[in-house]
Amino acid sequence: MTDLIERPTTSTPDEGGPSSVDHGHHDDHGEHHGPSGILKWLTSTDHKVIGINYTVTSIVMMVIGGAFAEVIRAQLVSPTSTLVTLQQYNQLFTMHGSVMIYLFVGPFAFAGLANYLVPLQVGAPDMAFPRLNALSYWLYLTGSLTMILGFFVSGGPAAFGWVGYAPLTSAINAPGAGADLWIGALMLTGFSAIFSGVNLIATIFYLRAPGMTLFRMPIFTWNMLVTGILILLAFPVLTAGLIMLYCDRHFGTHIFEVQGGGVPLLWQHIFWFWGHPEVYILALPFFGMVTEIIPVFSKKPLFGYKGMVFATLTIAALSLGVWAHHMFTTGAVLLPFFSIMSLLIAVPTGIKIFNWIGTMWGGKLHFSTAMLMAIGFVATFLIGGITGIYLASPPLDFFTHDTYFVIAHFHSVVMALTMGAFAGIYFWFPKITGKMLHEGWGKWQFWTLFIGTQVFTLPGYLVGLHGMPRRMAVYPNNPSWQTLNQWESVGALLIGISTLLFVVNVVASYRKPIVAGDNPWDASALEWFTSSPPPHHNFTSLPPIRSERPVWDYNHPDAPALGHGHHEPAATAAEKVEA
Amino acid sequence: MMKQESVILLFLGIFFGLMAGVYWFWGHEDGGGVMLVGALFLGLLPGLYYFWWYRRSGGNRPEDRDDATIADGAGVVDSFPSTSIWPFVLGMGCFTMVLALVFGTWLAVPGVALILSALIGATAESRRGGTV
Ligand code: HEM
Ligand SMILES: [Cu+2]
Repeated sequence: MTDLIERPTTSTPDEGGPSSVDHGHHDDHGEHHGPSGILKWLTSTDHKVIGINYTVTSIVMMVIGGAFAEVIRAQLVSPTSTLVTLQQYNQLFTMHGSVMIYLFVGPFAFAGLANYLVPLQVGAPDMAFPRLNALSYWLYLTGSLTMILGFFVSGGPAAFGWVGYAPLTSAINAPGAGADLWIGALMLTGFSAIFSGVNLIATIFYLRAPGMTLFRMPIFTWNMLVTGILILLAFPVLTAGLIMLYCDRHFGTHIFEVQGGGVPLLWQHIFWFWGHPEVYILALPFFGMVTEIIPVFSKKPLFGYKGMVFATLTIAALSLGVWAHHMFTTGAVLLPFFSIMSLLIAVPTGIKIFNWIGTMWGGKLHFSTAMLMAIGFVATFLIGGITGIYLASPPLDFFTHDTYFVIAHFHSVVMALTMGAFAGIYFWFPKITGKMLHEGWGKWQFWTLFIGTQVFTLPGYLVGLHGMPRRMAVYPNNPSWQTLNQWESVGALLIGISTLLFVVNVVASYRKPIVAGDNPWDASALEWFTSSPPPHHNFTSLPPIRSERPVWDYNHPDAPALGHGHHEPAATAAEKVEA
Repeated sequence: MMKQESVILLFLGIFFGLMAGVYWFWGHEDGGGVMLVGALFLGLLPGLYYFWWYRRSGGNRPEDRDDATIADGAGVVDSFPSTSIWPFVLGMGCFTMVLALVFGTWLAVPGVALILSALIGATAESRRGGTV
């Protein structure tokens, strides 16, 4: 089935306003007599359905990856624990890392909420290539199944770490089907990511509403544009590397094998040429979400819009020149080049943190769960960012490489991203479902997640400085590491509890629904102009787009111009919920 | 139209080119150098294409003008598929092909069959459905 979509015409203030969706002008909105039930799910090309599919699947992956993490932490409670065997431990950390990176944060970030929001934020009826978008999801879902399938083949899943360094991945060292399933899973999810990147860029370049110039786009959409570009730069490199690896394993080539003239280190170059931009592919979407959320709950326009855009572009440019900071200790890379480039990235990142604080400064702060998660993101990311500056210095990295200091560093980062994910969920859940999440449960979830994260990561920095290496199932010769490890496990338990609280919250919001309305937070981007949830093909009317806050301008015609003073809006649905 | 879009891509491409030059002559390492040159082209090729397009068309899309009204964009945006089974079929085909890489070449037979039927089905669907 195909629909010819016309653009909605503008709506003027006396014409019914934002909620005029159900007396729209076109009959091709709303009622669709297409397939229903499971067939609807299998055949939908609506970016909103696909976005929800992505989000739900990736959260399931987060729970699976989190369960592996809890087993890891249980094993490390005592120096000589026998909960799992050494080989099972190798499989657990490999699957934990792989599921979390390839199947949770990435897809959640660049294909879950982004899929749902980018067309809405630019005023488009759908993604530019809806069928390609659906294909992305099916490749992601089957890729995830392929990865998990490793647990059901003889020999078990891959056990060479989520980075799959040569020669651990060779046919001799990793003979089982598990390794090939890992390679296949990465190929499927890799193509899925590439197609998402294409769709994001094409949508943003070609489907913006009239007046939505690039420099009026919401920062989230800007970040998704840059993320899309980075995906296209980085992912093909990984896919090429995987093909070479498969050939080494099965067709007798020796690209990464010393015997036969290959170079194992080449894998690390290829992997990290994808891997470091990937860090920003994961982070930029959450930077974008937080940048949407903080101004709304500070009741102020964003401080430094252009600065945010240029910081994002600078991060993207630099992120392709830092890959070998993961390889300092190989003794075979250009230390000063990669150290300088890595340190430079701290500058645009610092600008962002400065702008977030500047936005909150003097604002009328409202600590909703979304806002708390956003602030938790900034604080935790700052810890990860600062310890990252240590690691960008080769002499310090020589001392801490492959210890728990590194594990703690990147878990500060990824746990910050997880908080960003929940900030986004709490903020946009009303738009997506038409219902509010419960603030009481949300705050319990936030505090267990935030405190759990610090209790889990901070002792890790210390035990790393005491010399505890990563990827160790037992540490019988160093019983003094035990106390810090037990603290880490307490933190992990708290994080696990926070996830349960989220599930409770979702169930509660369906049991006792609180209707959200079109714009419960009094927010300013275009997605808040249409109904919650939006109709098929999104808009029946659009407001004039005259600034980067079109919905705010529309709802507050008498408010002072952008960037001056404070606004005193009427009580929002969110405030009513808490009253 | 498309001026800023092309400038972004050109900026990134040129920056990667500069890095490639510095890295190549300072680091003497081929792998990273080649990948950076690849990144240079991934910025320049679409960037130049968009720039050429902007020069040719004069640059006046409603979405590029500060003062455009919503009515300026009136008319058909495009034709969008509303449902289609073929992405699912194609996805299952790719899945089967990957399983063939792991469990045995015979799986490529259903894999190729699924992929071909999806390609034919999707093409026919586009032919039938409107202005695409
Ligand atoms: C409940 C929260 C989490 C806990 C308790 C946890 C715990 C751990 C621990 C203890 C390790 C080190 C295993 C070892 O080296 O022996 C580890 C590794 C890792 N974690 Fe997590 N983690 C959590 C969340 C996450 C998240 C959200 C991500 C990514 C989005 C992530 C990504 C990774 C990666 C990539 C590794 C490296 C795996 C490897 O060495 O190959 N973790 N995690
Ligand atoms: Cu890195």
